[in-house]
Amino acid sequence: MSDVKSKITVATIWLDGCSGCHMSFLDMDERLLALADRMTILYSPLVDTKDFPEMVDLAIVEGAVSTADDLAKIKKVRAHSKVLVSLGDCAVSGNVPAMRNPFGVKAIMNAVYPANIKFEPLGAPPLLAQSKPVHTVVKVDVYVQGCPPSGDTIYNVIVDLLDGKTTPTTQYTRFGA
Amino acid sequence: MNNEELLLAAEQEREARAEREARVLVCQGTACHSAHSEQIAEAIAAELKKRGLEKRCSVVGVGCRGLCAAGPMVSVEPSHTLYHKVTVEDAPAIAESLPNGRVESLQLSTNTPFFTRQTKIVLENAGEISIERIEDYYAHNGYQALLRAITEMTPAEVIDEITKSGLRGRGGAGYPTGLKWGTVAKAVGSPKYVICNGDEGDPGAFMDRSVMEADPHRVLEGMAIAAYAVGASQGYLYVRAEYPLAVKRLNTAIRQAQKAGLLGENIAGTSFSFNVSVRLGAGAFVCGEETALIASIEGKRGTPRPRPPYPAQSGLWGRPTLINNVETYANVAPIIQRGSAWFASIGTAKSKGTKVFALAGKVNNIGLIEVPMGITLREIIFEIGGGIPNGRLFKAVQTGGPSGGCIPAEYLDTPVDFESLATLGSIMGSGGMIVMDDTSCMVDVARYFMEFCKHESCGKCVPCRVGTAQMYDLLTRISTGTAELEDLALLEELCDTVKYTSLCGLGQSAPNPVISTLRYFRDEYMAHIVEKRCPAGVCAMESTLEVNA
Amino acid sequence: MTTRAASKTPTVRVLTLKINDQDVSACDDQSLLEVCRENNIPLPTLCHLDGLTDVGACRLCLVEVKGASKLLPACSTLAVEGMEVFTDTPRLKGYRKTILEMLFAEGNHVCSVCVSNGHCELQTLGQMHGVDHVRLPYLFARRKVDASHERFVFDQNRCILCTRCVRVCDEVEGAHTWDIMGRGIHSHLVTDLNQPWGESTSCTGCSKCVRVCPTGALFDKGRSVAEMTKKREFLTYLVAMRGNNTNE
Repeated sequence: MSDVKSKITVATIWLDGCSGCHMSFLDMDERLLALADRMTILYSPLVDTKDFPEMVDLAIVEGAVSTADDLAKIKKVRAHSKVLVSLGDCAVSGNVPAMRNPFGVKAIMNAVYPANIKFEPLGAPPLLAQSKPVHTVVKVDVYVQGCPPSGDTIYNVIVDLLDGKTTPTTQYTRFGA
Repeated sequence: MNNEELLLAAEQEREARAEREARVLVCQGTACHSAHSEQIAEAIAAELKKRGLEKRCSVVGVGCRGLCAAGPMVSVEPSHTLYHKVTVEDAPAIAESLPNGRVESLQLSTNTPFFTRQTKIVLENAGEISIERIEDYYAHNGYQALLRAITEMTPAEVIDEITKSGLRGRGGAGYPTGLKWGTVAKAVGSPKYVICNGDEGDPGAFMDRSVMEADPHRVLEGMAIAAYAVGASQGYLYVRAEYPLAVKRLNTAIRQAQKAGLLGENIAGTSFSFNVSVRLGAGAFVCGEETALIASIEGKRGTPRPRPPYPAQSGLWGRPTLINNVETYANVAPIIQRGSAWFASIGTAKSKGTKVFALAGKVNNIGLIEVPMGITLREIIFEIGGGIPNGRLFKAVQTGGPSGGCIPAEYLDTPVDFESLATLGSIMGSGGMIVMDDTSCMVDVARYFMEFCKHESCGKCVPCRVGTAQMYDLLTRISTGTAELEDLALLEELCDTVKYTSLCGLGQSAPNPVISTLRYFRDEYMAHIVEKRCPAGVCAMESTLEVNA
Repeated sequence: MTTRAASKTPTVRVLTLKINDQDVSACDDQSLLEVCRENNIPLPTLCHLDGLTDVGACRLCLVEVKGASKLLPACSTLAVEGMEVFTDTPRLKGYRKTILEMLFAEGNHVCSVCVSNGHCELQTLGQMHGVDHVRLPYLFARRKVDASHERFVFDQNRCILCTRCVRVCDEVEGAHTWDIMGRGIHSHLVTDLNQPWGESTSCTGCSKCVRVCPTGALFDKGRSVAEMTKKREFLTYLVAMRGNNTNE
């Protein structure tokens, strides 16, 4: 990680997630102010930027890769970030979005949309055959389990990253935490 | 039946044979049988009858002579005539030529390396004796070893003789047979059991099948001698249900031997009793593993147990149990008859005797062979085997089935014995030997064997159950050009985990074909992964499109 | 209570051995796992449960023994005089992690919505061994849920085939309602002759299987996420009362 004195650049995105991990991020509460001395968020659902920056130091990703759109997004994010963090069980292991996988897309669509409705995507991105964890499509550097990981966990992981420590994240959290 | 009666019966049979002017021996091994050799035998017998020759010439169903690629095989004695690729339509010509003539168009020379370079001990009766007459077995010194053992030797002397012979288990592990017998003999517990492992699950292996079909009494005699040596009186022959001819002939042989007083209570008037019955497998390769086999006989799911304790100490129903392979038992009677020194004079320093191999794949002389330990791979494949057909180049030979590995051309001069093949990353295994040429893809070969292991895994332990499925998926992706280098790294790590943490030999050796092909043919894996290309032109490459609306 | 060789010695002998270079004593009818537990030497297990026969199936308790060519399962290996055992080498740690990843990838383990979230042996072991993600592809197999029983549910998505339920029902309750059907990766738990649990004629409803299940595969109806806690003390008590009958 870059030295403590200068601020690192951070981006966060959510793919197929419930945004709960981002809510948990906000649960760091006043610690966000302390972190603001050490990092700037250039891109996030929580801020107003429209385009992903050319390069960020740290990208935090919530959600599984479930659609063609997710896939394109995550590939772009990976190409433009130095360190990528999978935040939450959906990003780390598929979690709830992946529960559709054993059934297959067709069966799911038939179950959700009744037979007498004509289904036209009209620009909604097509579903991938399986909803996947992020690391199955791009290289991930840090994994933070939890559904959602608590504010404390997220804070500890970010501080470790800023301080250049490599504490195993399982010391803070686990699946389903 | 005592020794005198046995010798008399043997003499009588030899005399009866000598009275015939010709014996027509028609192979009834599974391969020839499936090519209508039973009908061929019937047709020849009918044609002989038409010509009034049925008293002067006999038609005998025999077991496998070895050259399965040239079957159905028919031979005529005493003229040593061999006919190949015989059909029912040839019956009149054959009958016409008897008793002293030949049908030249059917003849095959026996003066070729396939016939001259073999050394037959286990298969010495195969193709010579009737598959269903015990009298034929008498005529070839059958049951003399058993009677000698139980009337003239102590159990300890029998074990000593087997130990001195250097015989090692032929099922694949090569464990010293005498040592195993000695352990069971010393074990505390009663009753003791003797089991013959006739499950032979390796794809492409048909050694044990051929022995059981051709010479069932040889196996029974070996089991009985073993039972005497270790102090058992009950034996089980576990045969895979996919071998119906072997099962039938073994059951016939058991009945005949019992009727003759050579099996059952108080054999030859001694206090030694030995009863044996056949138990059928139910379609599981894992039941060739000794503890899973034992579970299967006990009526449970065929899953292995942790060893130790070994079956010698605690086996069938918790009692001391001797379990050996078919071919191992088939070596016992000759050793007792001819002596351990004779057996030890064949083979190498640490691997005595002969080994039966099932030669298959891209080789001319596909079939069953028996060679002395220490013979080179080159001699087996290119002399006895007749080399690679269609002018193609030798690429590798796979030994040991799904537990073994592939050996490339640079090691063709390696002697075949337990130790040498192990240093090359393969094993001798039970005797399967599959030859591959330049049209074989080694990634595909590894994938084929992994699919087999995945399918046959019993599912009890995690590494094998999940590991074989994961390794198979990785190999499939590699072979279809949809894998990356990280997948190869993961495959190698899984190979290590599965090999060293699996509960039984199936899982422990499932990675061997992968490890072996990576060792000698890594460039083929790299071509599939990096270039998305199969050098042998076998694998169909896929695109990686995965969007599904 | 563990699978033992039929030891015919009438008296039990004591012996000493080393575990992780520490001298310990043991009886010759004790497993290495028992000796480790007595000496507070940690060893992960999943298929082992005090009170049930050991099967050596999960392979988590494998230890290195000097002079042995293979790794040995501590649950089913007897202590032997002079043994030198190592329980925590980097090699073993690596294997344990991979085996746990294999389990996570095999089933559909969604902790966040599971009744055993927070009380699950698989989950706990995963965290203890640093499994922060699974490197193996998830199989995403189609697995069934059997909710036909009046009081309990069997969710195959969470089953790790430890067979503790099979053994407790067979060895302790004596009903043998559960067993495994199929082979290899297709193995799965079935009731009686593959009938819905609710229609089982052998099940006594004792719920021992639910209590001994390490994950949320077997659970009480009416429990919601993270509410399924399982008390297992009854087992060693019952087995001790019956007189240490091993069922082999």
